[in-house]
Amino acid sequence: MENKKVTNIVICGVGGQGIILASNVLCNAAFNERLDVKKSEVHGMAQRGGSVITHVRFGEKVYSPLIEEGKVDFILAFEKLEAFRYLHYLKEKNGVIIVNDREIPPMSVLVGADTYPADITKKLKNYGELHLVPAEKTARELKNSRTVNIILLGVLSTFLNFKTRSWHSALKSCIKEKFVELNISAFDRGRALRRE
Amino acid sequence: MKRLLSGNQAVARGAWEAGCNVAAAYPGTPSTEILENINRYPEIYTEWAVNEKVALEVVAGACFTGARALTAMKHVGVNVAADPMFTMAYSGVTGGLVIVTADDPGMWSSQDEQDNRHYGRHAKIPVLEPSDSNEAKLFTILAFDISEKFDTPVLLRLTTRICHSVTIVEFGKRKEHKIKGYVKDIKKRLVLPAHARIRHRIVEKRLIRLSRYSDIFPYNKIEWGKKSLGIITSGISYQYAKEIFPDASFLKLSFTYPVPIKLIRKFARQVKRLVVIEEGDPILENEIKVLGIKVTGKDKIPLCGELTPKVIRDSLKRPYKRTKKPLRAPARPPVLCPGCPHRGVFYVINKLKLTATGDIGCYTLGALPPLNAMDTCICMGASVTNAHGMEKALGAEFSQKTVAVLGDSTFYHSGITGLVNAVYNKGNLNLFILDNHTTAMTGHQPHPGTGRLAKGEAGKRVPPEDIVKGAGVEFVKIINPDSLKEVEEAIKQALAFDGVTVLIFRKPCALLTKPKPPFRIDPELCNGCRLCLRLGCPAISLTFPKEKKRPLAVIDQGLCVGCGLCVQMCPRKAIVLSKEKENGK
Repeated sequence: MENKKVTNIVICGVGGQGIILASNVLCNAAFNERLDVKKSEVHGMAQRGGSVITHVRFGEKVYSPLIEEGKVDFILAFEKLEAFRYLHYLKEKNGVIIVNDREIPPMSVLVGADTYPADITKKLKNYGELHLVPAEKTARELKNSRTVNIILLGVLSTFLNFKTRSWHSALKSCIKEKFVELNISAFDRGRALRRE
Repeated sequence: MKRLLSGNQAVARGAWEAGCNVAAAYPGTPSTEILENINRYPEIYTEWAVNEKVALEVVAGACFTGARALTAMKHVGVNVAADPMFTMAYSGVTGGLVIVTADDPGMWSSQDEQDNRHYGRHAKIPVLEPSDSNEAKLFTILAFDISEKFDTPVLLRLTTRICHSVTIVEFGKRKEHKIKGYVKDIKKRLVLPAHARIRHRIVEKRLIRLSRYSDIFPYNKIEWGKKSLGIITSGISYQYAKEIFPDASFLKLSFTYPVPIKLIRKFARQVKRLVVIEEGDPILENEIKVLGIKVTGKDKIPLCGELTPKVIRDSLKRPYKRTKKPLRAPARPPVLCPGCPHRGVFYVINKLKLTATGDIGCYTLGALPPLNAMDTCICMGASVTNAHGMEKALGAEFSQKTVAVLGDSTFYHSGITGLVNAVYNKGNLNLFILDNHTTAMTGHQPHPGTGRLAKGEAGKRVPPEDIVKGAGVEFVKIINPDSLKEVEEAIKQALAFDGVTVLIFRKPCALLTKPKPPFRIDPELCNGCRLCLRLGCPAISLTFPKEKKRPLAVIDQGLCVGCGLCVQMCPRKAIVLSKEKENGK
């Protein structure tokens, strides 16, 4: 009875990095594939530089918008510590971690009350198949730092069997018209990064 | 047609399809986007009210004329609006009246996790609980119908996970609702004791009718599975329970007050073991126990915090054996943004070691290290009154080291009454209004101080300084919070003044202002003294370069918005304007 065909993804990072937008594009792409889709997010205080996580699930039939710990297929993280924070959500075997090569120290670290985890990349590797993405560098090449989220989504898209058409029309429905072209090229750059 | 919508967007869509004419609300997470989205429909008059009580009274007035009207608020907002809500249960409605309560189990953005389903029983009004966005839309429409059919306000109860989850919604057309017009009826609407006694009997009879209706409500339904386990559940808990117990039998309740007695008895008779899975308080559980039915519930399932699939599994099943345990990661609570106009004021409050009674808004974050500049935070408006009460207990001397801090939107919400109270009762209140010209925490809604209306057109501006002067305050100053010196001098003057003082620190929210060129720290001049870190600015961090003996402060060029507070902190003048511009900035 239990539905085996649900894909579970968490997208996490720091408030203000464009996590909600990336998760909206992902949901719309899944919706364009005619799948049942559910997403859960918490905003409010989260937009003030706090830790942000959204759960995205799609498949034939989805009940809970929240993913149970230990059942996540993909972690897409916009910052290393945030990937580290949610590692226990990843499934025991064959989980994939796609992480932006960026470290944003939280306030507790900035004021010297705590330390940023040492050897964080090595620790991430112990939990699943790690893909470290130079999204910040790629965004600089595109001359727009706001495209980091869509570059990362491009990398994630190479693991999912959605039609390119589904992705592009999702980008069109979530992004202001004048930025669509820029974001489509950012998305394609992300896809290319995985192949490099 | 189908679309992906959040629960809040779905409620707005439902209001539109139901022909809603008037909507009013005060912003509050997780309810805010309901009115924001209703606002996009030109057919519905929408307003941001100054508080929840006002919002409910406005829509109540609208429904008296036969209009369909809706208000939405967060759970603690209902506490503010409870007074008219209870009486509306007696007076009844004419046009449909829907009150949306958005509860916050887990307290993602709130000071408590009260379960507002209690309000249904307490105010004797029906409660509907959707379990996804499609039901949120559908139940909003049904709530209007039920409201008119039974002549009662209806409570539509959401939670954060419903409000902020996105699911697929089936769209319908708008059914225009014609406003009948106002007809005087004092026996119904003028609730003086003689009338109210008669109305109370009507309310009790209505509850019996509502209870019968609950039994035939199409979305209170049984889904038969294996009969060894029967689960009664509602709202988001239904989705979690389906996830964890896919084979069980379910009684999914959507119309949860009054409960469907016959349906519950029928279901309970046919299952071997009965479990109630509900978030928050044992409300359904107690209703079922009253019927004399044996049931498992809060003896296994936590009362505190949010339910999740994992919590349900761990309470009722064998937990997963897992090797991947949560790792200890440094916390990342929200912070005041770079360039936040509140930062300097809190730095000075901390520096002068003042007692600060606080309030609800972004500035509550001023309580966190390194600013540590807030002592209390109870509810909207309590900063003003708590400070006054402390002074009355300890004497005027105490008030010379005490300040009350609240934001502009909070001042309009419920700060004004406390201020008038302090003036009238000869207090020595020192009130700071942090006027960032918006309602920032909930996403920048306008308020009377902005003079803009919900739909964007110009309204009439009501400046806070005019209200303050009108309340009889003699010491009123408007200060630029970007100058630490000016802030400190003004605070010292206010503390020394005998009587009520008000300082208005005025600068627009950093998220609404164009960033100025960023500053950088000259590594040759910085001696690693850490003074600049005391501001708690997310753009400044400490590094430990190998080639230097001392630590070195660094400003993140992407985060800095050039407010210049840190420049005033540095005794060595090491913080200077950056020359090179970033790409894409």
